[in-house]
Amino acid sequence: MSQVSAMNAPAKPAMNPVYRKRLLMHRIGIALSVAAMTLGLAVLAWILFTLIVKGFGAVSVDMFTQTTPAPGSDGGGLINAIVGSTMMVGLATLVSTPIGVLAGVYLAEYGEENKLAQVTRFVTDIMLSAPSIVIGLFVYALYVAQVKHFSGYAGSIALSLIAVPVVVRTTDNMLRLVPNSLLEAAFALGAPRWKVATLVRLRAVKAGVITGVLLALARIAGETAPLLFTALNNQFQSFNMNAPLANLPSVIASFALSPYDNWRSLAWGGALLITFSVLALNILSRTMFSQKVPN
Amino acid sequence: MQTATAAAASVTAAEQAATQAMHRTMRNQRIQDFIFHKTTMLFALSVLAVLMGIIISLMVGAWPAFKEFGPAFITTVEWDPVNDKYGALIAIVGTLATSGIALLIAFPVSFGIALFLTEICPAGLRRPLGTAVELLAGVPSIIYGMWGLFVFAPLFGDYVQPLLKNTIGHLPIIGQFFSGPTMGIGILTAALILAVMIIPFISSVMRDVFEIVPAVLKESAYGLGCTRWEVVRKIVLPYTKTGVVGGVMLGLGRALGETMAVTFVIGNTNKLSWSLFAPGNSITSLLANEFGEAQSALHVSSLFSLALILFVITLIVLSAAKLMLAGMSRKEGTK
Repeated sequence: MSQVSAMNAPAKPAMNPVYRKRLLMHRIGIALSVAAMTLGLAVLAWILFTLIVKGFGAVSVDMFTQTTPAPGSDGGGLINAIVGSTMMVGLATLVSTPIGVLAGVYLAEYGEENKLAQVTRFVTDIMLSAPSIVIGLFVYALYVAQVKHFSGYAGSIALSLIAVPVVVRTTDNMLRLVPNSLLEAAFALGAPRWKVATLVRLRAVKAGVITGVLLALARIAGETAPLLFTALNNQFQSFNMNAPLANLPSVIASFALSPYDNWRSLAWGGALLITFSVLALNILSRTMFSQKVPN
Repeated sequence: MQTATAAAASVTAAEQAATQAMHRTMRNQRIQDFIFHKTTMLFALSVLAVLMGIIISLMVGAWPAFKEFGPAFITTVEWDPVNDKYGALIAIVGTLATSGIALLIAFPVSFGIALFLTEICPAGLRRPLGTAVELLAGVPSIIYGMWGLFVFAPLFGDYVQPLLKNTIGHLPIIGQFFSGPTMGIGILTAALILAVMIIPFISSVMRDVFEIVPAVLKESAYGLGCTRWEVVRKIVLPYTKTGVVGGVMLGLGRALGETMAVTFVIGNTNKLSWSLFAPGNSITSLLANEFGEAQSALHVSSLFSLALILFVITLIVLSAAKLMLAGMSRKEGTK
């Protein structure tokens, strides 16, 4: 701002109405841009502030030791939901990481040469933004409707389907940053392509691949819509993945809209927990690998 | 003489053995590479298979409703689970209206943020501020829903909506969009929340494309005495037009499929109204609310039809976005 006025100030014709009008336009434009930035930051701050004010009161030892309370009863915690979410998100990460990394390796290795890989890359980009509720519906039609009961496995499948494109995309992007000279050196030593691809190229971007996995984790940890028709919910402590499983997002959704004060307070506590974990994962993945990462 | 021949023979034998070993190794490696190629291809194809699977399963699920109602399903207003009569118009209008308004709001704000981060912001602050904006995309959808319903909507209904009603509400044609009871929740509130949710996506794409504008172009404009605003408005923006539109389409694709935030604040009412203050329903909110409780086969199938419509619209919007952005990155090579 000051730089610009300094640039314009010494010019004599600044009194000319045309110049004055241009300077005014410039100032308005820049001011609006600063205002837009402030607005963005203010909304983020407002949301985080709300979560801390409303959620901090609910964070207690009980929240991590007791199960979700029955309607009308006092106290209670979120342990069954935390355990259920961890199990589902953990399984989804374990399943989607190898699939995503290998698919990403394929795109980076063979992507330049053939149409099939280009189509796959295009579809991955689209799946990255596909409506998550439709993925929930797909898993319902494919799995839940066939076995005729909701289950933690179904929830995990839905979450994996959302996580895979994130891992594929990041792995592909990172692998393509590896300098060719490194690969050529390995080829010159007589290494076969699969060894170059895995032991040289993939290893060179290990941090980048972990970034992708963390981003996928952050993405699925807060997903609610795909779990509505797959994992459903469970009021009790359960470790059985083959039955309806409590999970943090669903509990938050139903408790937030409930008439009970302790339920609503727990919903805010859960919201605080989930948001700060997800944001921490986001920040961690960004600092781990300074390269720009896709959303 | 004989020993020399024998020696020569043994040398060739050794050479042959070495050559054979090498061929064997090479053959093995070719086989390994082949297996590697096909295995990774299988995993890559699984992504394609999922997309096809989604489309096919939605079509199968939607078929009974389509057979019953035909194409009129899309233009029918009535959504009546009691009498088992279903039409998609309310949900489609709700989805398009909320996403459309969200774009109208998110576009200028995202442009402002991208402009700030690429041209105005001091270099040291660029990364932390950029990350902060991207964190808006990391906040889970349901948190936006809770914040929207319990914090934003009451304030919006008490202060902003009456203000809009008393000012723009009196204007002739557009006045009807800002009329009716001011309850806080409704189409406009959902659109505002969606706008906040897609701002990080649009501004992130805009930043990327703004950064590929050749420095020579900008410097020439500055050399002619352009102000920074003029450079952005008349050089950067026209140069990156395709990419900017691609980013906006990407945001639209995100907004169309957003579920929990919309479900919390849209009001979940199956009514069509001209007023943006009125509660409504979107495809996603209808799915989230009714799919779990749908009893009749036709109800379930109608919900699948809605999901299919949503998925197809999203696919078209996102494909258009990707093609535009691909055109933009080709331009990058020619700078």
